[in-house]
Amino acid sequence: MFSSTYVKAIPLGLIFVLCLTAIVLGCSDQDSNSAQLGSVDIPADIKEIADLRGLTPEDIEAAVKTYHPSGMHDEYIMMSSGGHSGQIHVIGIPSMRLLKTIAVFTPEPWQGWGFGAEDTMEVLNQGNFGDTELRWGDTHHPAITETNGEYDGQFLFTNDKANARVAVIDLRDFETKQIIKNPIANNDHGSTMVTPNSEWVIEGGQYGAPLGSEYSSLENYADAYKGMITFWKFDRTAGRLNPDASFAMELPPYWQDICDAGKLASDGWVFCNSFNTEMSTGGVENGNPPFEAGASQRDMDYLHIINLNKAVEVVAAGHTNTVNGFRVIPLETVVEKDLLYFAPEPKSPHGVDVFPGGDYMVVSGKLDPHVTVYSFEKILTAIAAGPTQKDAYGVPILDLDDVMAAQIEVGLGPLHTQFDNQGYAYTSLFLEPAVARWSMGGPYEDKHPESGWSLVSKIPVQYNVGHISAAEGDTVSPDGKYLVSLNKWAIDRFTPVGPLVPQNFQLIDIAEPGDDMQLLYDMPVGFGEPHYAQIIKADKLNPWKVYPEVGWNPGTQSVDPHATIVGEERIVRDGNNVEIFMTAIRSHFTPEQIEIKKGDHVTWHITNVERAYDATHGFALSGYNINISIEPGESTTFEFDAVHDGVFSYYCTEFCSALHLEMTGYLLVQP
Amino acid sequence: MESKITHTLDEQEIRSLLRRYHYLSSSLFIAAALVLMISIFLPYWKLTLEAPQYPDGLEVNLFVNRVTGDVAEVDGLNHYIGMKPLDEAAKLERTMSIFAIISLSLITASAILVHNKWAALLSLPVLLYPLIFVADLYFWLRLFGQNLDSTAPLSSSVEPFTQPLMGTKVIANFVTYANFGSGFYLACIGVILLAVALYTHRRNYKPLTKAIQKGSYLRQLSDTNSSDQQ
Repeated sequence: MFSSTYVKAIPLGLIFVLCLTAIVLGCSDQDSNSAQLGSVDIPADIKEIADLRGLTPEDIEAAVKTYHPSGMHDEYIMMSSGGHSGQIHVIGIPSMRLLKTIAVFTPEPWQGWGFGAEDTMEVLNQGNFGDTELRWGDTHHPAITETNGEYDGQFLFTNDKANARVAVIDLRDFETKQIIKNPIANNDHGSTMVTPNSEWVIEGGQYGAPLGSEYSSLENYADAYKGMITFWKFDRTAGRLNPDASFAMELPPYWQDICDAGKLASDGWVFCNSFNTEMSTGGVENGNPPFEAGASQRDMDYLHIINLNKAVEVVAAGHTNTVNGFRVIPLETVVEKDLLYFAPEPKSPHGVDVFPGGDYMVVSGKLDPHVTVYSFEKILTAIAAGPTQKDAYGVPILDLDDVMAAQIEVGLGPLHTQFDNQGYAYTSLFLEPAVARWSMGGPYEDKHPESGWSLVSKIPVQYNVGHISAAEGDTVSPDGKYLVSLNKWAIDRFTPVGPLVPQNFQLIDIAEPGDDMQLLYDMPVGFGEPHYAQIIKADKLNPWKVYPEVGWNPGTQSVDPHATIVGEERIVRDGNNVEIFMTAIRSHFTPEQIEIKKGDHVTWHITNVERAYDATHGFALSGYNINISIEPGESTTFEFDAVHDGVFSYYCTEFCSALHLEMTGYLLVQP
Repeated sequence: MESKITHTLDEQEIRSLLRRYHYLSSSLFIAAALVLMISIFLPYWKLTLEAPQYPDGLEVNLFVNRVTGDVAEVDGLNHYIGMKPLDEAAKLERTMSIFAIISLSLITASAILVHNKWAALLSLPVLLYPLIFVADLYFWLRLFGQNLDSTAPLSSSVEPFTQPLMGTKVIANFVTYANFGSGFYLACIGVILLAVALYTHRRNYKPLTKAIQKGSYLRQLSDTNSSDQQ
């Protein structure tokens, strides 16, 4: 019977229908944009161009290694301190293009940083010193948050050496979220560094002074003046440093310098160096040796070896004093609880850098041609054996021979050290000026063909190198590939632009072993004098393209209750208080006419309701020093007193569309 | 081949046979209804806009009851040329669409129960549905494109236009690509399934019902059978 055939056909029919559905769906989802592979044509006249421009084959190779055609993104991002610009510079590696300057301590108009917008004013005001508005900073050492000793690209910290402040930058929107003024110190230098999981942000001090900004005569230097190191507790969820959970440790007034956190083998320890164990107080004008000589008398200064884990226990047990409302472990307690040890280090060192495995620390005495490598294992053994010597404050001093693993003569003026993936360390040589590549010993010896603890090669840099930064070069797994020499002087490298000369960032290819290092690129830095920088793999950063929701307050990283909703723009008057709820979209503000009276207090909310990438609107108001950047989705608030009567224009400062010029409005202030 | 039927079928056996014939056409009707229902969840029409400033392009997906994609951005751009927001188009249609498609699906399924030529008439709205959709879409595209606000910023440089249903058009710095979406094609497949269902439905029932009417069903049945197997 054929009817049975029909019965069999039913499931087949259904399958057919499902297949059709699938085919239709499949066809509709096919991506019509297939990747186009352009053919590579190397013009025959390349050599002619090179000859004409005087380029060598090495130059052409360097160009090919760094050139980024339009639209090509960088493999790495360098977060560079901005020095006394007070900012952070974001630079693409290897193109060496400046991508952005993040406003931190200094007002910056493009980002509307410090020109009215409440969230920016709040952050800047957090950094005030008493009633004094500090409106610049000297950023030295940026630190990207780490997870298990690897950069995780979530937050970035930096310090202000000039005023002992630390800032927190959220790398979702590359904006500064917090500035914290150290309550016990007025300058710092050993900051910022993070512990391997960024629980603690280290802020080591610099020039000794009575803690808590007290006065004391220099005659009391040895007793009343102190050094300090502050451990800021980072609350990753809140994205803020929590002062209540933080503490400081009182140190002898030896002018502590740069610090580094232990990791892996040395996790839970912190290392800082110092450069004025002489306790010179200067006074060249009174016939005393100037600081530069006075602080360089002794052959050795002290590497500070700090037991952070134990310090945390001591703080938890309440063995702290309070200075200016902040918990401080007094120096006696530091000594009594064995929180601090010294190891001699060649005089006037500038850097202490922990090896990727945390097993060694390297110190460069800038007036000594060696780098000195300390073994953490030996340090622990020496501590366990019980140091026999103490300094004037009772801090135990380990014997250098007991803790030293190696000394390598690298050259003149060694400063800072970075690491790569081939078992090499790199030390900047300020005086030569050059970058020295030397081979690491111990467990790192198998990674390179050379014998351990030996100088491998040097590459001259132009000129006067300070810090160097290698790709992920201070993490537990450095990437190698690139190193940037952050040179203080440029002299003849660029076309002259007056007596104030840009600094020079030089990109060096360190991918090849042995003596093969190649200088690739010079980047002029005409915006402050950067110090340290960190280079992170670009794909570890995952910033927002637009704020997650319309009405977003970057200060709270949540939707602002005062955000203006489209269609609900309004002006609300309550006595002398005028509250304006405004929206911005290409290419108009709503409202466009605002009439108030002189003497009114104005609270003004603007929401950029755009959802398009890069559709930022600016807001500038004449006469009132108001200038704001409102990124897509952002809501901002500012307040002012209408002290000037007259007719004022506000307009969009970003060329947001073809009708940008028309994106304006009138603020009419009646007398 | 001669008839295999060697005994006389009674009325009940005929009915049983009819039910069996019913399976194919019924499953086709149900499949058609199902496909129509599924199409609710898929876009019927797509518009892609490309311009240098939008490296990833902009996309608008038209479903029977909603518009998704970069609607806000497209509306923002459209305000320069004085086009009304997309949300103001086909409001009634979008409100009714789900109800209408469910109704169409029910009509399709109910055709199973109509064992005569009126089944086709009953199914006519469903058969015409894709055409109605296309006509309505064209109506709105034309209405919106031709009625640009003459006070809009770019009214002097962008003349009124009608976005084609399919294909490419250049509007200012944008190149637009229009095409029907998977939902529309699925609806078309539903209609084809329905047409096939109607045909087989009619084809299987007609001889049987005629035979029953004439009382000579045995002969007819054997004819049908033999012709089916040729």
